Amino acid sequence: MSSREQILASVAKNQPIPVALPEIPIFSSEKSDLVEKFTTVAVGIGSKVFRVNSLKEAKQILLKEHKASKRIISTFPQFSDVAEVSIVPSTDPHTMEDVDLAILEAHLGVAENSALWVTEELLPMRVTPFICQHLALVVSPKAILPLMHHAYEQIGMKDYGFGVFIAGPSKTADIEQSLVLGAHGPRTLTIFLLEEQ
Amino acid sequence: MSELKDHAALAENFNADELRVNWHDETLWFIRQKRDRSAHAIPDWELLRETASQIKHNVLSNLSEYLEQFEANAKANGVIVHWAVDAREHNQIVHGILKKHGVKEMVKSKSMLTEECHLNDYLAENGIEVIDSDLGERIVQLAKEPPSHIVLPSIHKKKEEVGELFHKHLGTAPGVSDPQVLTETARQHLREKFLTRRAALTGVNFAIAETGEFVVCTNEGNADMGAHLADVHIASMGIEKLIPQRKHLGVFLRLLARSATGQPITTYSSHFKKPRKGHEMHLVLVDNGRSIHLGREDFRNSLKCIRCGACMNTCPVYRRSGGHSYHNAVAGPIGAILAPNFDMKKAADLPFASTLCGSCSNVCPVKIDIHNQLYKWRQVIVQEGYADSKKTLGMKAMTQTFASPATFRLAGKAGRWFMRNVPLAVSNKLNPWYKQREMPVPPKESFGEWYRKNRK
Repeated sequence: MSSREQILASVAKNQPIPVALPEIPIFSSEKSDLVEKFTTVAVGIGSKVFRVNSLKEAKQILLKEHKASKRIISTFPQFSDVAEVSIVPSTDPHTMEDVDLAILEAHLGVAENSALWVTEELLPMRVTPFICQHLALVVSPKAILPLMHHAYEQIGMKDYGFGVFIAGPSKTADIEQSLVLGAHGPRTLTIFLLEEQ
Repeated sequence: MSELKDHAALAENFNADELRVNWHDETLWFIRQKRDRSAHAIPDWELLRETASQIKHNVLSNLSEYLEQFEANAKANGVIVHWAVDAREHNQIVHGILKKHGVKEMVKSKSMLTEECHLNDYLAENGIEVIDSDLGERIVQLAKEPPSHIVLPSIHKKKEEVGELFHKHLGTAPGVSDPQVLTETARQHLREKFLTRRAALTGVNFAIAETGEFVVCTNEGNADMGAHLADVHIASMGIEKLIPQRKHLGVFLRLLARSATGQPITTYSSHFKKPRKGHEMHLVLVDNGRSIHLGREDFRNSLKCIRCGACMNTCPVYRRSGGHSYHNAVAGPIGAILAPNFDMKKAADLPFASTLCGSCSNVCPVKIDIHNQLYKWRQVIVQEGYADSKKTLGMKAMTQTFASPATFRLAGKAGRWFMRNVPLAVSNKLNPWYKQREMPVPPKESFGEWYRKNRK
């Protein structure tokens, strides 16, 4: 008997009588303004949040905040004057090691924890939002949902190779519980809430 | 050998430094308080726990079906699925994959399962170097120690000790203990590892039967740095990590980080569904005693665990005895109810390392009846003859005393007389109850005596 058959047989023999899968109840969500709630939580965990009316405005803020950035990459063609905007997915991810700033798009955000949902189709390659020194994510304020349940409702059964919720800059508190931003991933996260024109 | 010492003896080592115990206690209580603030901010937290608990009951009662469904979907996504009956087979599978690719060095993000399987030791014996990439795990790895907490592996280490380790191994200046500086050093050191290792192993927080994807949660981004840069990604998971549908992540991701550290969510919740083009993604499903555990009616609930560590942070015994006293990959209350299933003899002391206060059950996000199971394990362990013989004798003496009112009264009187007149007879090193404790002044009479005098 293969290990697979052995494990499955042992599990089937020992599992209790079937218990029904519960419906996910409707959980109460904040009555306050979603964007306000999202912003408060995001700032609380070390992100910066800006409401902007155009990518041009976002660009001005980023260039001021990250003056020292040498290598910038983005998926927005509007950044072509300052960033590499057409990285082919077959590029060796190791070549991303010197990226100072990456400006990418997120599908949606969640107010209760300020997490932003990004899938592979919005990334030049999977490693991009982790390997860059600084990360900027652009999302529409209309795409801010109250709770994680709403986010998964929206995501539904969509297919992707890789998807990630990103909430804040990378961090650790492994040395005496002292919070340090910038563990292995980005040292900062800047979020732009871009009003649709 | 530390394996020969039981929890009480190991806790005694830990308790030798009182200031350090106090610091450990306060640090973990601080995390418990953060968890409380975070949980209380959610109006229907209890409904969330109940829902998670019910989903997990459904998972355990249909586990074989979900495993087959998960395997089929993962395979359709291009993931290579392996099955391991025990730790040894898991280690062999991982080694086989690395050998096939000619890999001699691997990065690993946090995986308590690989601690359980002692993977690092096995690979080292086979000439493969593993670098743990979670900062806390890297610290204990450099110290040649196991993690002392499942979420906070180096919670027992002072920053000065981390500074010394980094000075010795990573070349920081002597005396440096600033967490900011030390973390930056680790960032530079590990970035080089991420960029040069061709294989990465990660744990799995949740695997979804419906889609064949798995989710890995980190704050540091180390799992992603490893997996997205390596040619081969190996993910190891215990078979109980399954959940039925993607939407159930909404429930569990709301609970996990809030229960663990009080954060609203971890920085990264990465959903791995398909390998990168031209690369391999392996998933190892590990039983290692779990399917047998599933058959123990009184104890199967512990397989609902999502490894948040809340029960450890709240436990008065864990906080004051340290994770290493549990001599098991998973320490604390949850470790004490999981370990006897795997090796009842070796873990016979663990269910006794508890006051049965029940705080662990109250904070558990999936409502495992931890303290009930601790109590039930004690009975099983005594019945199976694994209990400490001194404890059995003591219990027998106590049973006889309590069974006879005359003996009980006499014993009480004798005890009070001794404690008042010859306190050294009780308050000495031979009495374990006297350790780290100040005994109360005994009353002149028992409550029974007082009651008989005053009832009229």
